[in-house]
Amino acid sequence: MTTGKRESAYRNDAVIKVTGRARYADDHTFPRMAHCVPVYSDFVHAENLSVDTREAARQDGVLKVITAADIPGAVRFGQIERDYPMLAEDRILSHGDVVALVVAETREAALEAARQVRISADPLPPLIDPEEAFRPDAPVIRPGTKNNIVNHHKIRRGDARSALAACDIVIDHTFRTSFVEHAYLEPESAVCVPRPDGVMEVYGSMQHPFTTRRFVAAILGEPLARVEIRTVPVGGGFGGKDDTAAVVCARAALAARLCDRPVKLTYARQWSMRESYKRHPYVLHYRMGLNRDGRVQAVEARIIADAGAYCSTTPWVTWRSAVQCCGPYRVEHVHADVYGVATNNVFTGAFRGFGSPQVNFAVEQLMDMAAEKTGLSPLEIRRINMVTQGAETITGQLLNNHTVSIREVMDTVAEKIGYEEKRARSSRGKGDPENLYGVGLAICYRGASLGAEGMDFCSAVINCQFDGSILLEVGIHENGQGAESAMILTLQEHLGVDRGRITYRQPSTSSIPDGGPTVASRGTLMGCGAVVLAAKKLKKIIAEALADTLGCAPEKVRFQDDAILGEADDQRLSWDEAMRQLFLKRVYPYSFAGFRAPAVTWDEETGQGDAYFTYVYSCQAVEVSVNLKTGRVRLLNVVAAHDIGKAVNRPMLLGQIYGGIAQGMGMALMEKVETEGGVIRNASFRKYRIPKAMDLPEMTALIIENPDPTSPSGAKGIGEPALEIIAPAIANAVYHATGRRMDRLPIRIEKEDA
Amino acid sequence: MGEIIINRRRYQVAKADEEMSLLRYLRARLGLTGTKNGCEEGVCGACTVIVDGAPRRSCRLKVEAVLGREILTIEGVEAEDGRLHPIQEAFVEAGAIQCGFCTPGMILTSYALLSKNLNPTREAIRKALSGNLCRCTGYQQIVDAVELAARKMRDTGFVARTLSKGDTV
Repeated sequence: MTTGKRESAYRNDAVIKVTGRARYADDHTFPRMAHCVPVYSDFVHAENLSVDTREAARQDGVLKVITAADIPGAVRFGQIERDYPMLAEDRILSHGDVVALVVAETREAALEAARQVRISADPLPPLIDPEEAFRPDAPVIRPGTKNNIVNHHKIRRGDARSALAACDIVIDHTFRTSFVEHAYLEPESAVCVPRPDGVMEVYGSMQHPFTTRRFVAAILGEPLARVEIRTVPVGGGFGGKDDTAAVVCARAALAARLCDRPVKLTYARQWSMRESYKRHPYVLHYRMGLNRDGRVQAVEARIIADAGAYCSTTPWVTWRSAVQCCGPYRVEHVHADVYGVATNNVFTGAFRGFGSPQVNFAVEQLMDMAAEKTGLSPLEIRRINMVTQGAETITGQLLNNHTVSIREVMDTVAEKIGYEEKRARSSRGKGDPENLYGVGLAICYRGASLGAEGMDFCSAVINCQFDGSILLEVGIHENGQGAESAMILTLQEHLGVDRGRITYRQPSTSSIPDGGPTVASRGTLMGCGAVVLAAKKLKKIIAEALADTLGCAPEKVRFQDDAILGEADDQRLSWDEAMRQLFLKRVYPYSFAGFRAPAVTWDEETGQGDAYFTYVYSCQAVEVSVNLKTGRVRLLNVVAAHDIGKAVNRPMLLGQIYGGIAQGMGMALMEKVETEGGVIRNASFRKYRIPKAMDLPEMTALIIENPDPTSPSGAKGIGEPALEIIAPAIANAVYHATGRRMDRLPIRIEKEDA
Repeated sequence: MGEIIINRRRYQVAKADEEMSLLRYLRARLGLTGTKNGCEEGVCGACTVIVDGAPRRSCRLKVEAVLGREILTIEGVEAEDGRLHPIQEAFVEAGAIQCGFCTPGMILTSYALLSKNLNPTREAIRKALSGNLCRCTGYQQIVDAVELAARKMRDTGFVARTLSKGDTV
């Protein structure tokens, strides 16, 4: 284990970002560039939509007003179901629906004209409560569907009902979580340029160039090869610049194609918050049964996620919730149903954590509740039930291909924060009501990468130049997390060269094969995996070409200290010289390799299978003070430990942990997208508050490394593990402070009168 | 025609541009895109610039309100020869950067803080930065960076360039 000692950080994009030279999407301009803005309706749910664009089109500077009827390709698209109207057709399903686009010479002219678009429709009553929408007699929102259920995932293991009946203790509790906004600092933006060769070139603020390309190609009705998505710096994503950002790019591309000019579409913060998908609010009803010895026997869970008006990634998000619905615990009898349910709310989709923060919020509080009922400490009850090496998960997966370190991880945190001692002196509602004190902790495991959600592979290109410099390119996207730096460091290590030789060539969708989305904390695992395999191939090419020169067999050639060596240290070619020799031999020092994730399996009916090929283990603990008079919960201290396999770039890893904790803290204590009849009431940073520097304490992050055999680089991932358990840790701490169980997010303390 | 001084250069402002926000003027008219637009309502701090030594949100300032005043944007923080300012160095070294969208604003707010106080506590740094939102880092390494920058500036006797009206370190 290592702690967060300071060492100078490495990022290939650090200097451009501290000097203002980094060019984000909106920083791009092109000759003859026009500006585009979206037009919304006031409706939440309506039919017989009619959009009159004539007056708007007559305004000064307006080039075109675009509606769904103008779309040459698909109006509707989506990653799973193609149900998202990139421009509304005859029907409005949510307040975020865009009914038209205005393209004008200037943004001001476009905004002015947008006010002149006349919209009429016949309003329908909005259905906004997912539990109501779930009922068999509920009106069906989405045309062409039988009911409002978007998906249903099941876990069927043993016989939960009989097992629960036989348990000494059954805890029956319902938890609720809320809509959360990603609040990336950079609102969505896209600049699309129709190229003379017919290709539509896209500079967009998005997480997934390849997903974006599918959306753009769909709306234009053009093949993938005629759309090129370029990589530009992205001002934060956190899962949020998936469909929404892709749709913004698609709309800009549509405008660019129809006007045959470069077009910029940059979102105002209010549009971003109105339209972009949120974290799914969940209602989680659990029945957990255990024996007096603290062993959990059975869990029954019925979980409803509000999908909002469109499918997006809801089936994948809720699948993860199903797989991880019992936390990192061994449970023999599980009967779980997880539903995504359509409503007329803003749609919901990918958000760092992706279905795990909600279930963890429930499960990790249930474990503390169980501890209390059995008289065990929260640590003891977790130790009794947690997965161990070779254990079987609730989906029947044997955890035998990597180090199962949850015990080590939890014990590390508990010791560092002094959990038992601090728990003993927690207030439990007694003492100064303005300064109650409590400690709390939560643990989890997280399936790495996509698991059985999707096809999991990624590639890398290493293109060594004959002057000794090296171009590296990987099918993973830099979202700000430091992906490119991680790839460079991995290549440096595996080629044994000076880092200064390596230039990361920011890929476009036309330069490298589809590497899948940069989601699911898979960037480092999959991207570095591809880099390691490409480096291996490259070394073979170089070794075979230079073995004679080095006087040894190719397999004896070594790569270290910025040189290529034979068996003896004096058989040595500097890297520069080696590249020159390859040129003379007419051998390309170039390699391409793909990393295919190990196989996973899944049975939809039983919810059994090897859901993920490996797991990350995490524990976070917090200390809080609670003021019952003001209702304020203050975070005093945070200690986090994560077994991420291997640290590739330690300072960036720490940054992911701190940042994940801060976002999770926002979800736990501050943030809630307030909706009324399907309309978001706090769609601005003034009204929707995210944590500031003063809201956070100093945090301690502990990195635990058990290099993972399933990962070529040994590394797993950290983006999501960092966020997914802070809310239950805080809730447990608030309980230890106040004696009150917090079953809703965000946590609100009912104020007591002075 | 009014005049505005940005990063030690004088610009003549067209009358028609005086009504623009300083943020839009910097980005659209001058191509100084290092100043970022995060919310355009004065909350996130991504558009922070320094006006006569004090951090200000450029989205909330009309150009006419800053005529004749001296403005520093992120593009003017490094030395003329391209050497990074100690605050920039510190942000790089402390790992204070992720997506980078808040970074220019963070650096300028830190610049204003360190112009007044070269020995701030971590608490004082957090307080100074509380008008700048960051969604990536959890702020910890940003606070580290400002501490490190202060140390670098103290250790090297770094003297900030005069901003205006004698407001120097």
